[in-house]
Amino acid sequence: MRRQRGTWVRYLLLTLAAAVFAFPFWFMVVGAFQESPTNTPDRLLPTSGWTLGNFGAIDSRIDLLGSLGNSLIFTAGVLLGTVTFGLLAGYAMARLDFRGRGATWVLMLLVQMVPFQLLMIPLYVQITRGFGLGDTYLGMILPFAINTTAVFIFTQFFRALPQEMFEAARIDGASELRIVFSIAVPLVKPALTTVVLVTFIGPWNEFLWPFLITKDATLQPLAVSLANYISNVAQSTANPNGAILAGATTLAFPVVILFCLFQRYFTASNIGSAVKG
Amino acid sequence: MSTASADLRTTRRRWWGRQPIGSLFALPYLVFVVTIFAYPLGFAVWIAFHDYFFTAPGVDVPKPFVGFDNFAAVLTDPQVLESFRNIGVFLVINVPLTVVLSLVLATALDGGIRWAAGYRIAFYVPYLTASVSLVGVWMLLFSSGGLVNSVLGPLAPDPSWLVNSSLAMPSIALFVTWKQLGFYILLYLAALQGVPRELHESAETDGANAWQRFRNVTVPGVRGTTVLVLVLAIITGANLFTEPYLLTNGGGPDGASVTPVLLIYQRGIQQQNPDTAAAIGMLLVIVVGVLSLAANRINRER
Repeated sequence: MRRQRGTWVRYLLLTLAAAVFAFPFWFMVVGAFQESPTNTPDRLLPTSGWTLGNFGAIDSRIDLLGSLGNSLIFTAGVLLGTVTFGLLAGYAMARLDFRGRGATWVLMLLVQMVPFQLLMIPLYVQITRGFGLGDTYLGMILPFAINTTAVFIFTQFFRALPQEMFEAARIDGASELRIVFSIAVPLVKPALTTVVLVTFIGPWNEFLWPFLITKDATLQPLAVSLANYISNVAQSTANPNGAILAGATTLAFPVVILFCLFQRYFTASNIGSAVKG
Repeated sequence: MSTASADLRTTRRRWWGRQPIGSLFALPYLVFVVTIFAYPLGFAVWIAFHDYFFTAPGVDVPKPFVGFDNFAAVLTDPQVLESFRNIGVFLVINVPLTVVLSLVLATALDGGIRWAAGYRIAFYVPYLTASVSLVGVWMLLFSSGGLVNSVLGPLAPDPSWLVNSSLAMPSIALFVTWKQLGFYILLYLAALQGVPRELHESAETDGANAWQRFRNVTVPGVRGTTVLVLVLAIITGANLFTEPYLLTNGGGPDGASVTPVLLIYQRGIQQQNPDTAAAIGMLLVIVVGVLSLAANRINRER
């Protein structure tokens, strides 16, 4: 009897919390498709006033599709660097005996501890002044080019493969590069999926770095151009709320959809250090 | 002769390892770490101790060593001190809320709950969503004529949340707690798997009620995770930038929600004083380090 009441309290608590968590998303999506997003609770379940105009309104000020394209290029660049170089490094750390392996491992641990706020100014000086990469995709991608968490995930998965397989391949005369791509990679496909998902979220959501490095609006990813809209343009617009919510929905949904589809690939330990800010 | 060359091969193998190509595989990553982490880290320290300023490309002006001048300038700057105080306000609200709520919700979610996956998605999605999106939504919810105030009616604060100097930082703390909570719930959920069932069962046989079991079995059982949560919350608090930049419109009102990272941006890049900005960065890292150590120590003493 008492136990039953406990369960009931538990469900009530969880449902209440879930409602608090989900509510802003509900507000965002409904508002994005409303002619004028509500500010009173009685119109949270609207029956009329649906429109697609908000997306047009924000598109006319920040080039929604162009910004989405920039976000995609930024994210794709980071993914490409991480999947090629991160995978090679992870394989070497897990399976190869070479000079400097211990030192590389120590570096990987140290990298996790260096806070970005300390690097922000010198990286800005180095990349804009030293390399002349201000207002370029490369300058945007460079600080995120190889995700260290991904290297850890690759190392972990490659280590779990049986040693005999590698020895057999080496005796048969296969080169290490061939072993990586014909034997090791096909066996760690789940790791690849995890890495792609975990790495995707970081640059897609990143605001601070692309904000620092891009002054040219045609290069800005969506997070930056939406932030500019919120902080500058919205004040001079008559009814900016619908447009803000439309932009927010566009930025949020790729990640939300990916998460719902691939939920089982996300675990706390993987994402913790990969997602910053 | 053949033994000599075999010896040589063994030595070479010992020096380069059995698969020297590994160095080549790891090389791109090493180059990346050196250019993106090691060199800027050293450069940050160098800037902080020199009178560093931006010059036109190609112009080489001496940038003299100034010792601790930048640090002295930063430590006597009232705005910098206020930004660190604001982080304090943030932590005082965010840390207890985060620890209590995430542990309670993780405990409720643990062990044979229906729709567990649905609840997990609801809790986790804010953590994965871009700050910029969610800040936009919260800004509208908490604006003067926004939904929250219209629900509160006469109880609504005046001036409203984000433009009220004593409520701006607490609003940010509330937002960040909400956004990050899902991640901490998952951390605690993982830790709860490690608390032995038998402990709960024997406590129950001894007549402990649900609260007593939570207090005396669950809480001590996940102590290690609590330290991790504390440290991560401190790091998150120290890193605040997007929230004060957008939610309270640049650390407003009147600098009431200014944060160190926002100041690093304003001083270093907007006002072109990278040397003082680098000094703020170093101070911030020291403060975070000390706080994290303290969190660790508190845990060990108990």
